[in-house]
Amino acid sequence: MRTLSKADFQSSNETRWCPGCGDYAILASVQAFMPELEVPPERIVFVTGIGCAGRFSYYMNTYGMHAIHGRAPAIATGLAAAREDLSVWVVTGDGDALSIGGNHLIHAMRRNVPVKVLLFNNRIYGLTKGQASPTSELGKVTKSTPGGSIEPPANPIALALGAGATFVARSVDRDKEHLSGVLRAAANHEGTALVEILQNCPVFNDRAFEHVTDKREASENRIPLEHGAPITFGAERPRAVVRLPDGSLGIVGAEQADAAAIVEHDAKRESPDLAFALSQLGDLTHGPVPLGVFRDVEAPVWGQTIASELRAAATRFGERELDELLHNANTWRIS
Amino acid sequence: MLLYPRLDNGERGYVRTMSAQARVRGVGRREEARERVVVRFAGDSGDGMQLAGGRFTDATALGGNDLATFPDFPAEIRAPAGTVAGVSSFQVHFASRDIATPGDSPDMLVAMNPAALKANLSQLKAGASILLDEDAFSKRNLMKAGYAVSPLEDGALRDFEVMRVPMTTLLLSLAEGIEGASSRDAQHARNLFALGLVSWIYDRPTDITVRWIEAKFSKTPVVAEMNLRAFKAGWNYGETTESLVAGQVHVAPVKDLPAGTYRTVNGTTATALGLIAASVKSSLQLVLAAYPITPASELLHELARMGRAGVRTVQAEDEIAAAGMALGASYGGALGVSATSGPGMDLKAETIGLAAALELPLVVIDVQRAGPSTGMPTKTEQADLLMALYGRHGESPVPVLAASSPAQCFDAALEAVRIAVRYRTPVILLSDLFLANSSEPWLIPEAAQLAAIDPHFAKPPNPDAPFLPYARNDDLARPWAIPGTTGAQHQIGGLEKADMTGTVSYDASNHALMTRLRAAKVAGIEVPDLRVDGDEGAQLLLLGWGSSEGAIRAGVRRVRQRGLKVARAHLHHMNPLPGNLRQVLSSYERVLVPEMNEGQLARVLRAEYLVDVRSHAKVEGRPLFASEIEAAILGELG
Ligand code: SF4
Repeated sequence: MRTLSKADFQSSNETRWCPGCGDYAILASVQAFMPELEVPPERIVFVTGIGCAGRFSYYMNTYGMHAIHGRAPAIATGLAAAREDLSVWVVTGDGDALSIGGNHLIHAMRRNVPVKVLLFNNRIYGLTKGQASPTSELGKVTKSTPGGSIEPPANPIALALGAGATFVARSVDRDKEHLSGVLRAAANHEGTALVEILQNCPVFNDRAFEHVTDKREASENRIPLEHGAPITFGAERPRAVVRLPDGSLGIVGAEQADAAAIVEHDAKRESPDLAFALSQLGDLTHGPVPLGVFRDVEAPVWGQTIASELRAAATRFGERELDELLHNANTWRIS
Repeated sequence: MLLYPRLDNGERGYVRTMSAQARVRGVGRREEARERVVVRFAGDSGDGMQLAGGRFTDATALGGNDLATFPDFPAEIRAPAGTVAGVSSFQVHFASRDIATPGDSPDMLVAMNPAALKANLSQLKAGASILLDEDAFSKRNLMKAGYAVSPLEDGALRDFEVMRVPMTTLLLSLAEGIEGASSRDAQHARNLFALGLVSWIYDRPTDITVRWIEAKFSKTPVVAEMNLRAFKAGWNYGETTESLVAGQVHVAPVKDLPAGTYRTVNGTTATALGLIAASVKSSLQLVLAAYPITPASELLHELARMGRAGVRTVQAEDEIAAAGMALGASYGGALGVSATSGPGMDLKAETIGLAAALELPLVVIDVQRAGPSTGMPTKTEQADLLMALYGRHGESPVPVLAASSPAQCFDAALEAVRIAVRYRTPVILLSDLFLANSSEPWLIPEAAQLAAIDPHFAKPPNPDAPFLPYARNDDLARPWAIPGTTGAQHQIGGLEKADMTGTVSYDASNHALMTRLRAAKVAGIEVPDLRVDGDEGAQLLLLGWGSSEGAIRAGVRRVRQRGLKVARAHLHHMNPLPGNLRQVLSSYERVLVPEMNEGQLARVLRAEYLVDVRSHAKVEGRPLFASEIEAAILGELG
């Protein structure tokens, strides 16, 4: 196979996101990561929904379908049903995935369809010019919520775990290295991978994740999840994630943490309980946020055994078999 | 050995008109030949009427008659037993000549309980026969059916030839002779007793039914024995009970049918087979995605069992996803199909619109049912025509086909795929509940004779020339470049595309061009001319579409038998309409359009051709009847 480079994945279409949009950084990271897949561009498909993130497919020099609002996971599922030889990616946003397309996302994850879902979470509707999204925080003032949002936000990680997702991770737009690592892990996962990417929308919700991306603050606000490693963070204020006496997880100063109580991350654990507890940890709006792979377990992949069998059957089933099938009933002859 | 309770007198349970008595008495048993007969099996949902009707149909088909059937069942899975709401029925019309409909009014009604009698009595003509289980006419059952006085006592049945058979009693004593048979088994075998008796009356072959019972209940020998004996007891009852059963009616086999091998088929099976045939003839794997909905689910069930033909079925999370999955499969180079009924069509509109913009093949089957909203899920209607034609935002023309008979669903499905693949377009195929559930004999086609469908996938382009996803061929169809095709990577989507290059475009003149190209592509679809079956000098044309073809054909035949002149034509392509339709319409002084809606095709014809067509509309959740068509024509010819 020819050696692939980032350039092989860059389409000639002009990118049209707002200047400074986090989507640029994500696009660059994804394009740079793609050669690692060792899959030629013609075997890769990006299916996207509606919203700023939806434009992603136009900028990848792979096969791409910019579909309809919320439906990308369903369309990608149909594609995966017909073609197990492709690498199928879905790019979606918080409104697309969690509001109008919630049902499709849930069921793609439940089925464990071999599709990688990149969910760009900017906590706002960008393309429609600034309404509250399902991940907007309580009290958020937007054009559609001038008095502040009265709705609690959805938690994409918890939702994915609840739906039975076998791979769930969170990364952030402006950290290429972290994002590449998560993409790598997602690509290596055989079933559905849900990757929430915290994405800055400088126009309608600027600095929503400043506390996680700002060089100075970041180390205090990122809770790195590494399989097999104790969960600790904070350069200036070292802290640790511990199991509290009531069974829940808590963040305590490292100096008070009993080494035995510090939680060791286990993404491979069959039960999603630890991943779920981690999804509830921290504060996406102001405080520390877990980043990395929450869950990565092996499970039967949707249609994996039947897809190739059925395609082989379709190839074998010719006119003779069709004639037999048409006659497979009580028949009688008129001469 | 058969056990019969002794009848205390010959007249027991015997209500009959004078003329009927005269016909029978003194001349021995009746032996009558008829050209056609309509039998309706009716009972509670749990009484096995669909089974009895289905078996009677198979035996009748093997007997060489032409036939048409119509099952009718309640929407509730377990409607309260014994109530009119819970009545399930199965009608079979068979004849010694070609027939077109399941029949308007039964010659023989089998009523297993008072509710079944009540639900169907009004549709009987005087002189019709009624076979009933008199044991089922208990106070309790009469009450449940809403009868204050038993119709057996108050003369309500005086115009009919009534056979009151104590079926329950007979079967209970029959069960006593079968080791291990319970009274429940006896009750459950009443349908086979009735089937046996009706089979004797109409002289149907029995082997096929016996074999079926043996195979069906091979795992439960006691039930098999009970059912077998019940069937035979019914037959023997007819043969021996001269006092009650007037005699036999013979319907000779059809003579002038085209030669070949036949089977019976309902619309659901014919559609499934048509899709599989299309898959074979196009070498495209069939991927059917659907969400459960009455009555379209049957197609999902049927195709879910077709793994040997490589069919991939997906039960989607909702109707929207089902359409999306089918489109995704088509994008990948499979034959993507989604099937639904009215309420599901509402939800598929956005995906059909996307497929129209993407210009990819997609087949959406709408098994229409009575609406609006949930409407009457188990009743038929053809009121989704305007939605199929126009029910999307923006200029979004889509080819629309309509199947006209159960067996014709096979051809319609093939045609839908042919158009979808050749023109890279979503296609809506309109069927309906009546077609889906009704069956008729079908001259089985030969696979080799069916026209091939060439998917004509795009080949890897020459590296020097950029791939143009929106270039067009003579049909105005664009290339179907499936993922995996080297060098043809391209990005499509719902945003307006620039002509040829397919890049996103907001250019004003490009949008106008693309809108017109999409419309011209659909308008240019090759559609056969409309064939007119017309009498020389006829001034009235009946123009129908969809499942009412049989009723219109039969109604026209009746009018012709009166010596009147009339012409008839039937549309299978609803968009685009046949090229000669304008000329056909202008050749007749008057055009009558019968349809099971409030005049949707009539509206289209008026809009398209400025012809003052008349509408014969029916929205009763029931198919059009030949007698109604006959009356409508007579009204027009005045
Ligand atoms: S509106 Fe926000 S998310 Fe959308 S492109 Fe502009 S900056 Fe990016």
